Amino acid sequence: MKNIIKLFFLIFLSSVFLTKAHSAGEKIELLTTDWSFKGFFGKFDRGSLQRGYQVYNEVCASCHSMKYLSYRNLAEEGGPEFTEEQAKAIASNFEVKDGPNSDGEMFTRPAKLSDKFVLPYANVEEAKVSNGGAYPPDMSVLVKARSGGADYIYSVLLGYEDPPEGMMLDDGVYYNKYMYGNKIKMPKQLYEDLVTYNDGTAATPEQMAKDVVTFMAWSAEPHLEARHKIGFRAIIYLFIITLLVYFSMKKIWSRIESEV
Amino acid sequence: MSDHNYVPSSKLGKWFNDRLPLLTLADHLKEYPTPKNLNYWWTFGGILTFCLITQIITGIVLGMHYVAHADLAFDSVEHIMRDVNYGWLIRYVHANGASMFFLAVYIHIFRSLYYGSYKAPREVIWIIGMIIYLLMMMTAFMGYVLPWGQMSFWGATVITNLFSAVPFFGEGITNWLWGGYAVDNPTLTRFFSLHYLLPFLIVGLVVLHIWALHVPGNNNPIGIDLKKPSKDTVPFHPYIVIKDMFALLLFLIVFAFFVFYSPNILGHSDNYIEANPLVTPAHIVPEWYLLPFYAILRSVPDKLLGVVAMFASIFILVILPWLDTSKIRSAIFRPIYKQLYWILVLDVLVLGYMGAMPAEGTYLLIARVATAYYFIHFLVILPLLGKREKTLTVPLSITEPVLGGSPNPQMVKKKEID
Repeated sequence: MKNIIKLFFLIFLSSVFLTKAHSAGEKIELLTTDWSFKGFFGKFDRGSLQRGYQVYNEVCASCHSMKYLSYRNLAEEGGPEFTEEQAKAIASNFEVKDGPNSDGEMFTRPAKLSDKFVLPYANVEEAKVSNGGAYPPDMSVLVKARSGGADYIYSVLLGYEDPPEGMMLDDGVYYNKYMYGNKIKMPKQLYEDLVTYNDGTAATPEQMAKDVVTFMAWSAEPHLEARHKIGFRAIIYLFIITLLVYFSMKKIWSRIESEV
Repeated sequence: MSDHNYVPSSKLGKWFNDRLPLLTLADHLKEYPTPKNLNYWWTFGGILTFCLITQIITGIVLGMHYVAHADLAFDSVEHIMRDVNYGWLIRYVHANGASMFFLAVYIHIFRSLYYGSYKAPREVIWIIGMIIYLLMMMTAFMGYVLPWGQMSFWGATVITNLFSAVPFFGEGITNWLWGGYAVDNPTLTRFFSLHYLLPFLIVGLVVLHIWALHVPGNNNPIGIDLKKPSKDTVPFHPYIVIKDMFALLLFLIVFAFFVFYSPNILGHSDNYIEANPLVTPAHIVPEWYLLPFYAILRSVPDKLLGVVAMFASIFILVILPWLDTSKIRSAIFRPIYKQLYWILVLDVLVLGYMGAMPAEGTYLLIARVATAYYFIHFLVILPLLGKREKTLTVPLSITEPVLGGSPNPQMVKKKEID
């Protein structure tokens, strides 16, 4: 038994080592908040997701696309869980190009649940020219595409400060404490009461940042809740069967004069 | 090898077995005499077989949904993650499965180093194992390219560029590998094709690896030749089967923690940014399991020599059975080798860490020392040590140390505690 514990411990230790070696190199302490989706039983806070969608739609969406999301995702389990009617109503606010119809013409129609989120710009070049040469990155998997994840994006949203003395910034470049290289082309976005939440939550910059980052965390990992749920069951199951196999092994090996 | 005088009990079985002796093979696998003192380090062979099968099954399913095209690959991976039923689970098992596969293979290799399993008469098992390891690295590298993220693209660029160090033909070789003048769509499609092919070659080599193992039989912790079958051995089934299964389950618990609770921790966040030939990431790092070799590559100031050193570091392992001159297999009876073994383990871990750090200043210096030590260990220390080392007395059978009178105080002590 001692050997087994040693072995298990060693595998665990080496995994920890791998993890540490991989995430080495982060220096600046990021801001964080009480994310609902962290931990073994982490789930998304529905209210936060719905408010986060509102912030995305009213603030971010004019420049940032979320090209991997469809309107139907807004009503799906494990997401913001808008009702199907609400999601349909949201979709119908957007126009998409469709066709060709039977006359061979392209036409526009209101978006349906099956449509992808409408993009703010026709192409990367248009996005760049409208944003002083910087391309606003697609936000669908952004949380997974930045080391530091949700904390990093939360920090950048709240990290706008006056530049330190002696630092010269070009026009259209802003100082951000947490941004890589401290220079960012996106101006500060979140101001007090920028949006009006339906549920009466006070729209402080921290609250809006938390909500929109929660929304982004969901869009980067839409099956996170299912993953946590299945994972917990799978591991419990593995523990039980491991125990059963352990006792079977002991029984079988007791037939011979040797230890296992 | 056990005698093949098995006769099936049923008439049909006998008829079939006379024409294709599959039942004899099954009986051989069941009765295969295995040393009864194998410890848990010996369970990783079974774990690796499991890893290979898991990678192949999940890989085949992923291949049904993945699109190998530079413009579509990244989107198709997101499609798998979002819209394919349990696609996220299959992809995370496959991606983390590669890491778990390498974790297990490193334990398997270092077990062999500790107990001298590569020595006569098991050199061919070892060499086949090294070819499997080499193919695994190639497969994993090409697999990492397929999602067509930033690290995929730039990792592929860095590694394929290594071949440009070859004198005279360098540029020709890289262009031939790329199918063009840079890593692009032709590179992606051929990597996908090869990534699908190589695992099946590995399966074939694994069969040979096990076949070669079944000729002399397993080595064991005290590294002596056994009479088979004897009271030192147990039949593979049920004794080893149940033990391997238990170890596999423990391994699966660790595996499951990665898949379900930190599926991206072993990957690089830049790989969730779609490949962009115009933007180079700040640090290009390979996957963790290739880091020691990456460190060796970068420790040598000359590009060609760096590539040579990297390949030499693997080739040295292939000829290890002839570099280690000691007749004693197990480190248990080699007091000096035992210490040097742990220094080597540390050395490889240090190399791995340095591979993840920028190649400059102190990091580079440490990496160079560690690289030099790696070669000294195999090329200088092992050949000399085998001739000079004063080894402990090796017992004549497994039952002897277990029942007392062991020359190895550790094993006696352990018996008392349990």
